[in-house]
Amino acid sequence: MPSKRLNYIAIRFMPHTAAERRIAMTYEILFAGFGGQGILFSGKVAAYAGLMGDMEVSWLPSYGPEMRGGTANCHVIISDSPVGSPIVNNPTDLVAMNLPSFTKFEKTVLTGGNIIADSSLISIKPDRDDINFYPIPATQMASDMEIPKLANMIIFGKLIAVSKFATMETVRKAVEKSVPPSKKELIEVNMKAIEAGYNYIG
Amino acid sequence: MDKVLMKGNEAIAEAAIRAGCRHFFGYPITPQTEISAYMARRMPKIGGTFLQAESEVAAINMVYGAAGAGVRAMTSSSSPGISLKSEGISYIAGADLPCVIVNIVRAGPGLGGIQPAQSDYFQAVKGGGHGDYRMIVVAPSSIQEIVDSTFLAFDLADKYRMPVMLMGDGMLGQMMEPVAFPDTTGVKLPEKEWATTGTKKMRKPNIINSLYIQPDELEALIKNRWKKYIEIEQNEVRFEAEGTEDAEIILVAYGATARIVKAAIKKARENGIKAGLIRPITLWPFPSDVISAAAKKVKAILCVEMSMGQMVEDVRLSAAGACPVHFYGRTGGVVPIPADVYDEIRRYV
Amino acid sequence: MAIVFQKPKALSDVPLHYCPGCTHGIVHRLVAEVIDELGIEGSTIGVAPVGCAVFAYNYFNCDMQEAAHGRAPAVATGIKRANPENIVFTYQGDGDLAAIGTAETVHAAARGENITIIFINNAIYGMTGGQMAPTTLVGQVTQTSPYGRKVEAQGYPIRMSEMLSTLEGPSYIKRCSVDSIKNINDTKRAIKKAFQNQIDKKGFSLVEVLSTCPTNWGLSPVEALDWLRENMIPHYPLGTYKDIDAEQKA
Ligand SMILES: Cc1ncc(C[n+]2csc(CCOP(=O)(O)OP(=O)(O)O)c2C)c(N)n1
Ligand code: SF4
Repeated sequence: MPSKRLNYIAIRFMPHTAAERRIAMTYEILFAGFGGQGILFSGKVAAYAGLMGDMEVSWLPSYGPEMRGGTANCHVIISDSPVGSPIVNNPTDLVAMNLPSFTKFEKTVLTGGNIIADSSLISIKPDRDDINFYPIPATQMASDMEIPKLANMIIFGKLIAVSKFATMETVRKAVEKSVPPSKKELIEVNMKAIEAGYNYIG
Repeated sequence: MDKVLMKGNEAIAEAAIRAGCRHFFGYPITPQTEISAYMARRMPKIGGTFLQAESEVAAINMVYGAAGAGVRAMTSSSSPGISLKSEGISYIAGADLPCVIVNIVRAGPGLGGIQPAQSDYFQAVKGGGHGDYRMIVVAPSSIQEIVDSTFLAFDLADKYRMPVMLMGDGMLGQMMEPVAFPDTTGVKLPEKEWATTGTKKMRKPNIINSLYIQPDELEALIKNRWKKYIEIEQNEVRFEAEGTEDAEIILVAYGATARIVKAAIKKARENGIKAGLIRPITLWPFPSDVISAAAKKVKAILCVEMSMGQMVEDVRLSAAGACPVHFYGRTGGVVPIPADVYDEIRRYV
Repeated sequence: MAIVFQKPKALSDVPLHYCPGCTHGIVHRLVAEVIDELGIEGSTIGVAPVGCAVFAYNYFNCDMQEAAHGRAPAVATGIKRANPENIVFTYQGDGDLAAIGTAETVHAAARGENITIIFINNAIYGMTGGQMAPTTLVGQVTQTSPYGRKVEAQGYPIRMSEMLSTLEGPSYIKRCSVDSIKNINDTKRAIKKAFQNQIDKKGFSLVEVLSTCPTNWGLSPVEALDWLRENMIPHYPLGTYKDIDAEQKA
């Protein structure tokens, strides 16, 4: 079956501020934290949420041995036009789950963009006022709710609440797609965590 | 079919299985190990063979044996491992065996690094192994194209009885994008009457071999093989061209780099610079004709690679002096960013 | 104040990158202590493998060369033949030494090459994220043996020390473990002898060290030590497999 069908990508160059990008319907999200915090998984749910909402998406993880106990990050692009470079140099939304990531990436966020930070682990505030800052004690909330491994999903809920790139209905579909078929029981706890973050007012 | 998100590496593995590959021989190396991991999970479930060899040298020779025995066989690795496979690839070319070799390129030379690179272009298209031979090299630039190219690679390998390399880089191997797989139920694989499947006392023995002691015999054989290569150069060139009709400058880039270049071209167009793109999808056969035609119409060509400049040599050969051919490259695992490519474009118009 | 813990001089100040609880760190320390005690830091050349110990060239305070995956014994041979008075050691994992580099290992041993090999057997490929190694136990689940190592498909684990001890070339082959204080002390003695043999020009010495990989075994450091004791030692019995000194005495 010689398949000569090769897909062609047309790319728009990215506008310069987060607001311009939202008009262009492009979300460039950077998830960053320690390996083992579920950074790659939240990125995957975000990408599926985009896909389920009929958007173009890409997901790019950091890889290699530096991930062992070290930092992990994941670049997710959700756009109404095909994704060019999958690398997020200047995020519209930064989800920071540890201090090193926060200090490293804070400066790169686009003007008007969002920083969502796990305030249980990051006690400092951003050094700039041209972005929106949303601290949320995700790790603390997760341990209070006795779902210690799901701080990533709590903070993801907050991301959905502030950036609105998907509805909660779509997010549910995305979670269903992202958990392995053998672990269906995880869907509800993940949703519980996401909802907690979504409804968090702080 | 429903679209699913898949990593480039896993997409290659799934596509290979759907293309009828049931024999995979690998050896772990970052950033392509997910191909082996996927095969290890799937092959036992579908009656196929996944084998982790003791080295890349062994893996490519297992492919040699399996391909010679008539099955669709594949191996995958990343740069240092491909260097080890080069001997085997030369033998496979010399014995006219069809197979697919995946190279998810990382930075070299030596142990280099594990981040994306395109510095194995020479190795892939100019030999790597010894002797007069060619290998078809397909270089997709999205995960869907990876899937389509995997089918293509197996088909071309069988059609021309030769090794085909699927070349990506760490970024394509690791990233996820939505993909759909073509329905392949009922597709029949080609018969291979030359394969060593046992004579069953019904035919003369088949021999898989690349040794020809008599120079004139070997020369005749290679010349014959060259007819096939010329046919491939005429029929199997694949590329994407975008915005070339009115372009004053044309960029040439392949694989992941082409995606970055497209973003830069978009910005150039927004700023009134007529920039276009030629993206080779097959690196051999190389799209020389389009580049040579384009060179006669533009002010300049800019070749962008994740290397110190390898494909640019073929671009220069194709342009044949009709216009200046400039080069911009990042290497060592550094990925160029659209803004820098845009600055380069501005330098030449 | 008395110094109760001091880093061996042969270990540099660079922090080790190994995962928490990984026994690579212990073996590094033992090798460095031996180099200190023998006073050979200035004439020792180490060869780093491709594997988790790849950055060993940053950790040992002596001249180091980094080899291609599996080729350390060949590289060491070159170094030794160039300057026979120097002390040359390799430090290799099981994928490096017993899969891709088996030929180099066997032939360096057969030649009785006067080098010292420290062989870390952790039954898995650590660096690349937990694939099957030639030493992976039957039934052991890894990324590339997801249903457990099956004899029909993947064969049996290799016992390198036993295999090499059938050759005439080697002077000393011993398997140790670092799961307890006693075994750590044993390992240090073995490593010291393996270096001393080289100084005494007795030829090829290899010390196999059963080691843990908590990260890719999916166990805590303590559980990993238990797993080593319960699963690895029965399959890889500790002991001296070859010692020409003992043979001569006998
Ligand atoms: C030619 C080549 N093939 C494969 C690799 C990838 N690779 C890096 S480390 C490694 C194996 C490491 O396992 P092991 O030797 O057991 O050491 P450990 O990491 O467990 O200490 C492999 C296969 C490489 N660098 N070069
Ligand atoms: S991956 Fe395993 S062998 Fe490597 S440093 Fe971590 S625990 Fe040690």
